[in-house]
Amino acid sequence: MKTMKFEEWNGFNHGIWQKEINVRDFIQKNYSPYDGDDKFLAGPTQATKDLWEQVMDLSKKEREAGGVLDMDTRIISTITSHGPGYLNKEKETIVGFQTDKPFKRALQPNGGIRMAMKACSENGYEVDPEICKFYTVHRKTHNQGVFDAYTPEMRACRSSHIITGLPDAYGRGRIIGDYRRVALYGVDKLIEDKQHQKDSTRITMYSDVIREREELSEQIRALGELIELGKIYGFDISKPAKNVQEAIQWTYFAYLAAVKEQNGAAMSLGRTSTFLDVYAERDLKNGTFTEEQIQEFVDHFIMKLRLVKFARTPEYNELFSGDPTWVTESIGGIGVDGRHMVTKMSFRYLHTLENLGTAPEPNLTILWSVNLPDNFKRFCAKTSIESSSIQYENDDLMRVTHGDDYAIACCVSSMRIGKEMQFFGARANLAKCLLYAINGGVDEISMKQIGPKYRPITSEYLDYKEVMDKFKDMMKWLASVYVNALNIIHYMHDKYCYERIQMALHDKKVTRWFATGIAGLSVVADSLSAIKYAKVKPIRNEKGIAIDYEIEGDFPKYGNDDDRVDEIASNIVHIFMNYIKGNHTYRGGIPTTSILTITSNVVYGQNTGSTPDGRKGGETFAPGANPMHTRDSNGAVASLKSVSKLPFRDAQDGISNTFSIIPESLGKDNKIFVGDIDVDIELSETDSFNNEY
Amino acid sequence: MLGHIHSIESFGTVDGPGVRMVIFTKGCPMRCQYCHNPDTWDMSGGEDISVKEILSKYNSKKNFYRNGGITVSGGEPLMQIKFVTELFKSAKSQGIHTCIDTSGVLFEKDNKKKVNEFDKLIKYTDLVLLDIKHIDDDEHKKLTGFSNKNILDFTKYLEEKNVPVCIRHVVVPGITYDKNYLFELGKYIGTLKNLQSIDVLAYHDMGKSKYEALGINYPLKDTPPLSKEDALKAKKIILSGIKTTRK
Repeated sequence: MKTMKFEEWNGFNHGIWQKEINVRDFIQKNYSPYDGDDKFLAGPTQATKDLWEQVMDLSKKEREAGGVLDMDTRIISTITSHGPGYLNKEKETIVGFQTDKPFKRALQPNGGIRMAMKACSENGYEVDPEICKFYTVHRKTHNQGVFDAYTPEMRACRSSHIITGLPDAYGRGRIIGDYRRVALYGVDKLIEDKQHQKDSTRITMYSDVIREREELSEQIRALGELIELGKIYGFDISKPAKNVQEAIQWTYFAYLAAVKEQNGAAMSLGRTSTFLDVYAERDLKNGTFTEEQIQEFVDHFIMKLRLVKFARTPEYNELFSGDPTWVTESIGGIGVDGRHMVTKMSFRYLHTLENLGTAPEPNLTILWSVNLPDNFKRFCAKTSIESSSIQYENDDLMRVTHGDDYAIACCVSSMRIGKEMQFFGARANLAKCLLYAINGGVDEISMKQIGPKYRPITSEYLDYKEVMDKFKDMMKWLASVYVNALNIIHYMHDKYCYERIQMALHDKKVTRWFATGIAGLSVVADSLSAIKYAKVKPIRNEKGIAIDYEIEGDFPKYGNDDDRVDEIASNIVHIFMNYIKGNHTYRGGIPTTSILTITSNVVYGQNTGSTPDGRKGGETFAPGANPMHTRDSNGAVASLKSVSKLPFRDAQDGISNTFSIIPESLGKDNKIFVGDIDVDIELSETDSFNNEY
Repeated sequence: MLGHIHSIESFGTVDGPGVRMVIFTKGCPMRCQYCHNPDTWDMSGGEDISVKEILSKYNSKKNFYRNGGITVSGGEPLMQIKFVTELFKSAKSQGIHTCIDTSGVLFEKDNKKKVNEFDKLIKYTDLVLLDIKHIDDDEHKKLTGFSNKNILDFTKYLEEKNVPVCIRHVVVPGITYDKNYLFELGKYIGTLKNLQSIDVLAYHDMGKSKYEALGINYPLKDTPPLSKEDALKAKKIILSGIKTTRK
């Protein structure tokens, strides 16, 4: 592409970002690291307060209505499907809703018409019968495609819950478009770039070339619709944004287009704050806007992100414990050149938790490094204490793999923005897999033969070596069924529920992470430790199936920084990952795994029988990579140390350890150092002292 | 050298600066009425652990302890003063911050051998958390079974040796929650040149269940926990006492 020139770019430093679509280069050449404190921040404007009051009122009405205030049952949601929607047009500085009014959930049937119908009917609405008919008779959905291709074995694994939560009936999500590109370049340039990509594909029509050309055409069409979306609200976003308000608005339109098209399991925003700060700094310098105005734009933007809503079924909400949208925004981190990437905009984003009050969405995530500036660390801590709404992730770890322009999708999945995407793959239940190894593939709850008919273990006591051998065989089988089920899912998702606008905001060549997941790791580690270091006797039913276990003696438990068992946990991750890697993956996906059930561990536990670690059937698993409840007896650091021994290289999609502590146990709040003894210690009149005890 | 310990807390946040590894030793001569660790009183049970093993546990997690260190608490750790000295000596050679949480009751200023042992210990000690249970000697005897003389001697000793101390004081309704006593305590503390901080702890009854489990009578079963507000009042009185004597 020849060097682009726009008057909207006046005042920006030059770089290769003007010759190619390259937001990272723009940021690096232009951003201003901020080392100061939070004193510059502005409170909410009257308009912000009024709008938020309106939102709170609508939220109350939504709760009173049972969780859903309004649903669209007639118009299939597309980028341009609805007219404009407002809270209060005069007061909103950032505009746009998924449908024509706030709190009205859109109809998105491409993932699966039955799920869409159920989401409506469970909430007291009914999808227009014409639409039901259309999607049943004339137009196939992702869900139907998947079930057309599933093998009987895959279906059996699914219904016995050894593989759970597969995105085969709903949108997979976990793809982050580089929404910033729309603000920086304007949509026209992006279309031009995509057209160029299409013109330069290979010309021998192998199926992958045909697919590529078709997808690029879809992307170009979606970008055209994005321009229309801008027009619906009275903006011309074909050109670059000229100030920070427009930059936020353009970025938001791009994101809005994505959530109008896709009801994905996680619809994350990316890493926008430092990008937008470049515009804010320019506007402050030129006197275009004041700090108060800029904070208002940010407050209104975040308000919009809080109001992203999807139509979902009660089961879905049960699996994810609530109605999460995972609008994750990644903030901070360190650049590869050593400069930190905290800007005033990073502060402004966090400040919305004070201006608007606390909220779980958007999921504001700090990319934490020991090298972040102290003032920012303090501000994060302060805001955390007041809002309990900030997530922290280890930038020092992730930067090694992903550089300095990655973001988090959902809760922990890291990817370079616009260059990498993920095929979301739910989880395999390794605790159940261990039971299958012991019982020769027979499910301990349904008593059906689900796994391969390998020889079961028949000895009176479990032998570690024998169990490990059989467990490995069973993991190998499970990995194969699991990866191949995912191959079908992602093939069909690309075919019937393609993320047109999100992929239009990616480079031509995209790295695809093929995400898998593990549930029940600490149950497996403790079970194997019990078998190795204590004596475990299976209790078998009349058919010879082990349904419970007796343990004689004590054994090391995962979560106490004890290598004897921590190494078992770490090995299992490594072994399972190698089995995953041994399979063909759709579209050259690079396998990763995660150990991060944050809420669904309850459901996995309910569907798993008693395990050799002494856990009874139905009892909940520990979340993610946590030790089992009450089994860590050496305090939090030892517990965290056990978790930190798990190999990140094998589980790059994330390892989670959830723990909560009361503020008092985090240190003293009443310590008075002698240096500060001149603080006001006079007893006031009201401090009457009496020995009333 | 082996220490006889009750347990190790890997995430200690209230016993010294930063995040610390806290070693709870077994054994204590005192029987303070409000003690919340009665399971550390006698030497039976527990486990033996070497200095080397403790430091290897510490070092494997040292990233977590960047602004912290090791604290030895108990029980009364100075019942095993040789072990603590050896632990601290090794810790200091590796640049680890050391802190001891003691009542000081085992100090005897006229016992040369004892003083000699303490001399060795404090060479490797960065901070002493000193628990003054009661400023009034008679009340101290009632509360703990011991005179506070050795404790106050120990305080002076630490001042002479210029070892930083943090004075801790548990405020118990009906025992130390008393305007005069608190003020007197403040006056005493105010004279100490090595004072680094004071830590006023509100009495809580979370030890109760331990007494039940051990089958020991809990002397304060009718005493309510002290509220946060009252603890703040108590602290203000102590501070006003400190102001009168501090130069």
